[in-house]
Amino acid sequence: MKKFTRTLTCVLALCTITTLAVANEDAELIINEELNISTKSAAPAGSALDELVSGWRFRIKETQALQMDDFDNPSFIFIEQGEELFAKVDGSEGKACASCHEDVASFKGLRTALPRHNASSGKLDTMETLVNNCRTERMGAEPWKWSKGKMTAMTSLISLQSRGMPMNVKVDGNVAGAYKMGEELYYTRVGQLEMSCANCHEDNYGNMIRADHLSQGQINGFPTYRLKNAKMNSIHGRFKGCMKNIRATPYKEGSEEFRALELYVASRGNGLSVESPSVRN
Amino acid sequence: MLLRVFIAITATLISTSAFAEDTAPDAVSFGEDGEVMASLTGVVGDPVAGRKLSINRKLGNCLACHVNDDASSELFHGEVGPELNGVGSRWDTAQLRGIVVSSRNTFEGTIMPSFYRAKNGVRTLKKFEGKTILSAQQVEDVVAYLLTLKEE
Ligand code: HEC
Ligand code: HEC
Repeated sequence: MKKFTRTLTCVLALCTITTLAVANEDAELIINEELNISTKSAAPAGSALDELVSGWRFRIKETQALQMDDFDNPSFIFIEQGEELFAKVDGSEGKACASCHEDVASFKGLRTALPRHNASSGKLDTMETLVNNCRTERMGAEPWKWSKGKMTAMTSLISLQSRGMPMNVKVDGNVAGAYKMGEELYYTRVGQLEMSCANCHEDNYGNMIRADHLSQGQINGFPTYRLKNAKMNSIHGRFKGCMKNIRATPYKEGSEEFRALELYVASRGNGLSVESPSVRN
Repeated sequence: MLLRVFIAITATLISTSAFAEDTAPDAVSFGEDGEVMASLTGVVGDPVAGRKLSINRKLGNCLACHVNDDASSELFHGEVGPELNGVGSRWDTAQLRGIVVSSRNTFEGTIMPSFYRAKNGVRTLKKFEGKTILSAQQVEDVVAYLLTLKEE
């Protein structure tokens, strides 16, 4: 009913405003007319969600279309930058990524399993920490900033190798503690508006919150190209933005808290296809 | 029971409003169902100002979550909460004041922010720390506006 009234309001008052066009929740994502992406999947056992739905489904037709063909997907400008960086020698050891990893395709599947436990640091590794670890330990190069262009170009390129594969992060054993921490952060109400991630992305996905159509806040599409800022956006950058919107002090990108939250949010999407690099508004 | 609460609340309010000062956020008393009987300021709310506050994204931003046909000239009404159409017939002044001040006392666990509560959630951004989303008079203005939204 709510939806019906909503639709009616749009039709009556706003048919010229494309950003308010009704989301196309029933659309199927097929990329380049050949790669089937499952943007819906059965919720894993014990999930708080009835069904997993990718953020792509909540976007309007025009935004969805940008992700259906790599020629239209603006992310691919950044993928090309990632390819150049992959081949580029940097640092005191005279090496490029390609010196050790001949073909970036060898990273197929990596994205589906991150974050994961790092036995030597005892912390969670994310794709950013793995990249920077190679840069500082093996190349003798400066680490890249978590959400800056070089890092997101590289994480986009590496994530692309797993496109279409189901997310499948481990949540037990060594990472059980981090998982618990992430879960707690997800449900803690923070900021002047006192909201939790769950208030919007679990209790209200599918609803409009002013001009935004709320999704489940899944991260299977990251890094994601946002029309809003015309660049690739990191997972932690998105968490930061959502926290600021509720007038909360965000955790630092790369912090233990955000890594734990990333693990927890990734696990809520276990089973959804990796969509990176996705397009959102 | 309700009557006793009512008397108690009125009594406290008479003593504080004698100074014509705003009731501080932590001094607001709520009835059993979350209602707030007395005005926070003693100054009658202005429904026209209240309407503006309800639309303003940095202040009430009520439209983020509520459809309100009275503001149909505004784009983008949310659908997280019930429609505001007719709330002035469904709730009385004290109940509406309670809902705007701190709706959690009326609706347990609600997503709706508390607009007049000094103690906000943890990690509130520095510039909003210890501040209420709306001022006492702004709450009164919004309540006065909501009362104009009558069932057809
Ligand atoms: C006040 C509501 C609100 C809260 C609270 C909130 N978000 Fe969001 N979030 C949004 C909106 C609006 C969007 C953009 C539309 C969408 O995808 O839902 C978004 C998008 C996202 C996305 C991108 C999804 C995609 O497919 O591109 C992620 C991930 C996300 N949020 C995670 C979180 C996490 C983690 C938290 C808690 C730290 C959080 N959000 C808190 C409103 C919220
Ligand atoms: C983030 C979402 C959100 C915002 C912002 C918000 N509300 Fe609400 N409101 C709700 C929800 C949800 C409910 C229903 C109670 C519940 O189930 O939690 C509600 C209930 C109400 C009710 C009772 C309606 C009824 O018919 O039962 C009134 C009145 C109300 N809100 C007024 C306001 C006003 C005025 C503002 C702005 C100053 C506002 N709300 C801002 C989410 C919100």
